[in-house]
Amino acid sequence: MKIFDVTGDSFSSEVENYNGTVLIDFFADWCTPCKMLSPVIEDVAAGAPAEVKVCKVNVDSEKELAERFGIMSIPTLVVMKNGAVKNRSIGVTGKQAIMDMLE
Amino acid sequence: MLYDTVIIGAGAAGYTAAIYAARSGMSAVIIENKAPGGQMAISEKIENYPGFPEGINGAELAAAFQRSSESFGVKTIFTDTEGFELNERIKRIKTAMGDFVSKTVILATGAKSARLGIEREDFFIGRGLSYCAVCDAMFYKNKTTVVIGGGNSALSSALFLADLCKKVIVVHRRNEFRAEKAYIDALNERKNIEVIFDCIPEELLGVDRIENIVLLNNITAERKTIKCDGIFVCIGYSPNTDMLPDCISKDSAGYINASENTHTNIDGVYAAGDLRSKPLRQIVTAVCDGAVAASQAKKYIEGMKGKWE
Repeated sequence: MKIFDVTGDSFSSEVENYNGTVLIDFFADWCTPCKMLSPVIEDVAAGAPAEVKVCKVNVDSEKELAERFGIMSIPTLVVMKNGAVKNRSIGVTGKQAIMDMLE
Repeated sequence: MLYDTVIIGAGAAGYTAAIYAARSGMSAVIIENKAPGGQMAISEKIENYPGFPEGINGAELAAAFQRSSESFGVKTIFTDTEGFELNERIKRIKTAMGDFVSKTVILATGAKSARLGIEREDFFIGRGLSYCAVCDAMFYKNKTTVVIGGGNSALSSALFLADLCKKVIVVHRRNEFRAEKAYIDALNERKNIEVIFDCIPEELLGVDRIENIVLLNNITAERKTIKCDGIFVCIGYSPNTDMLPDCISKDSAGYINASENTHTNIDGVYAAGDLRSKPLRQIVTAVCDGAVAASQAKKYIEGMKGKWE
């Protein structure tokens, strides 16, 4: 499944107004744990139900979005359902734990 | 299928065990609950693993370990373990993806950053409290941060933060650092690093995020409150052995009691890498354990010939 790169401009259309579950991975290119998590996110995107949308937010280029979500540690994963935050986790997480967060 | 060995943990020890097991003709599988590489994968640069004179990024080295293990046909299954039956001759590992049965088990779950063990610590993780300076430093640009610890990782974190932060305060429980001289010299050269000795963190204060830390002086018993935007904890490591059954013998800190031959107190169960009680925890010592554990497992299986039916 496709992983969407979300920016401040596309956030409302891609995430806020999406009718379903969205997983957002807040990351940066220089962050080694983010690199470690990246293949896990790809794996989740491949195995998640069709209604789940998987997105990435680069905290360097999207500082406002990172601030809006109070990101102070990366990687941070945020799960949103119908525009509201439902779950959040910090650091490298396993596939199964992420799938559980999506339920 | 009955595996010759099931390896728990896909870090330096686990992957090396996989390579040695497969090359000696054993059937093997790795079970990992997070992502490949363990602590190695979150290191920005590794300079003390032989063969890389320019140093190597930890995630790259981890990926190379994984490719090596896969080149010998050992797969890594990403799932959580849910139970261990280790006392019988045939071992059983229960996971969310079904049971794995094997003749031997190599435990290689490694270690993680140690926690302070004080109140509200969990609450503040990601709200100003971090265990990884290279990951989170950039959120504290021109701000004041506190680093707890006195070893190499604490001082290298403080130096890294000092490039970005207005001020870095290093808090250590003793009156001298345990870190190598090179780190201490570098620290002393920085004008924006302050050092507080003989103090331990006692309380974390803040509404939504860290605002203050209360320090207790070990000698005078005085308390001091320091205003800060972030706290980085670098006080060593603790083993990932909580999920292992009580039948495995561990020391008071939770490390598995096993000597250089990696034998645990249970026949056919081996402990390799940072989770083992030992004097030096490095990638080089973890790979060494992995190779030893796989060869010991092979020997054990051969010694039990005819008893597996």
